[in-house]
Amino acid sequence: MSAAPTLERSTAAIEDPQPQASAPRLEARSLSVSFDAVGRAFEAAPVLRDISFDVTPGEVVAILGASGCGKSTLLRAVGGLDTGNSGQIRIGGNPVTAYDPRTAVGFQEPRLLPWRSVRKNIELGLPRELSRAAGAARVDELLELVGLADRAELRPREISGGMAQRTSLARALARRPGVLLLDEPFGALDALTRLKMQDLLLEVHAQTGTTVLLVTHDVDEALQLADRILLLGAEDSSTQAGATVKQLLTIPGRRPRDRGSAELVRLRSQLYAGLGVDSH
Amino acid sequence: MSAPAQDTAAPTQPPTTGKKPAGLPGGKLLLGLIVPAAVLLAWWLVTDVFGVFTATQLPAPQAVLEAGLGLMSSGDLWGHMGISVQRVLLGFLAGSAAGLLLGSLLGLSGLADRLLNPTVGAFRAVPSLAWVPLILLWVGLGEDGKVLLIAIGAFFPVFTSIHSALRHVDPHLVEAGRAFGFHGIRLLTTVQLPAVVPPVFSGLRLALAQAWLFLVASELLGASEGLGFLLTESQNNGRTDRLLLAIVMLALLGKLTDALLGMLERKALKTWA
Ligand SMILES: Nc1ncnc2c1ncn2[C@@H]1O[C@H](COP(=O)(O)OP(=O)(O)O)[C@@H](O)[C@H]1O
Ligand SMILES: [Mg+2]
Repeated sequence: MSAAPTLERSTAAIEDPQPQASAPRLEARSLSVSFDAVGRAFEAAPVLRDISFDVTPGEVVAILGASGCGKSTLLRAVGGLDTGNSGQIRIGGNPVTAYDPRTAVGFQEPRLLPWRSVRKNIELGLPRELSRAAGAARVDELLELVGLADRAELRPREISGGMAQRTSLARALARRPGVLLLDEPFGALDALTRLKMQDLLLEVHAQTGTTVLLVTHDVDEALQLADRILLLGAEDSSTQAGATVKQLLTIPGRRPRDRGSAELVRLRSQLYAGLGVDSH
Repeated sequence: MSAPAQDTAAPTQPPTTGKKPAGLPGGKLLLGLIVPAAVLLAWWLVTDVFGVFTATQLPAPQAVLEAGLGLMSSGDLWGHMGISVQRVLLGFLAGSAAGLLLGSLLGLSGLADRLLNPTVGAFRAVPSLAWVPLILLWVGLGEDGKVLLIAIGAFFPVFTSIHSALRHVDPHLVEAGRAFGFHGIRLLTTVQLPAVVPPVFSGLRLALAQAWLFLVASELLGASEGLGFLLTESQNNGRTDRLLLAIVMLALLGKLTDALLGMLERKALKTWA
């Protein structure tokens, strides 16, 4: 074997343009995402414009930006939940399809079906072609992974907000997505639960190797979790309406990162400045 | 690997421990029986004891009971009740089935909604009993006509409840369903139909009450058997005891069928809500 470019994570990233239908284990599966001049307008009002960048397989990219700047819109376009964008988004080299099965979405709200148990909610995410036994085994693994094995039979109203978000994450992982799309998944949680969920996400990433696009409005969360941070916003120099790539930063160092390191402190003020906030 | 520790956040809902109101368990029931008992007593006093009313005006309570026993032993009462229940059930089933079908169609398809909703709305604006002359003319007020009239009465509550419930299913849940590859009939059975079970049951119970109302109307208009027929026949014969008996029987049957549907509803709510 020739020396493949080594990534900083333990899981090797595998380019997988033809997604396999199913595999029984939580193994590495990650796809690239490329944005080529992507734009989106609602009723002629541009929200996003001219977004171009590439995400390598297995990478964690945080998308940061002011509220209402179009972060969710961009994420929905990658997942094929919204297909009205201009330009081209490709996953593993192929254009995004409607409700693209290579992706899985974790929404800001858990969006669990209230009449189904935690286990049955996670089952919703299983690929259709998976056999019953293989599906049950995968759900068991996921329950273990997100620490809900002993809560599997409870209904969503019987569990806490953090548990509901873990269920939602497990449901997204059930289809072994090549790209995991998370839209402020921890935004509504209390600070302590949020830190635990961040650790869980890193663990999930280490185990599955999936590419992650994480929308957040929390600068520190982005600095902790991401390989790179995409700052969305209107360009200062431009008079054109619509948010675009304002900064694209590579975060140095392996996770977990030392929040106090001089480099992170510098990046943090740079990001706050980009968000139009004074940091002291 | 370490499983994530328990969340600090408390469960969103405290466990529901049924806390009984203070007092005897049957206290509430007994309290509710005071007024009916007093009415019964007053009824007995003004009829049997003081004879304020003639038997045609208001028979004594025991006369009603005797009338009931008499009609029961001759089998007539069972016949009247049987045919009435049959008409209500057939009309209720037909009407609510049609309501469920049309309500689902309009609730799920924007095109069908725009195409048909104004028409259905126009029909709903007609007080249902206004259809009686047309039914008489076209179908006749035999069994078919009666069941049809009851079905019309049962149709609208069910139609309205499922139609509006489907229009208001949480769009977030529907989108999540789509995002995980559900569409068409699978999306319907996985997300939309379960979500509308509670409101649809309210509609069904309303429809059942409507069905009894329209049963009486259809039997008053012309019948040779049934509790509504017993009402008119007793009125014509001056048998007020039988008339009151028919009223009590209608109340009992209405309550009984509603209780059965209520049991079904509780079971469904346990599964789907
Ligand atoms: N379906 C839609 N129709 C019209 N406008 C929309 C729609 N979705 C989003 N928008 C608009 O696009 C902008 C960006 O929204 P969003 O992507 O949700 O922002 P963010 O996630 O960054 O807070 C907002 O101004 C919002 O009103
Ligand atoms: Mg958003």
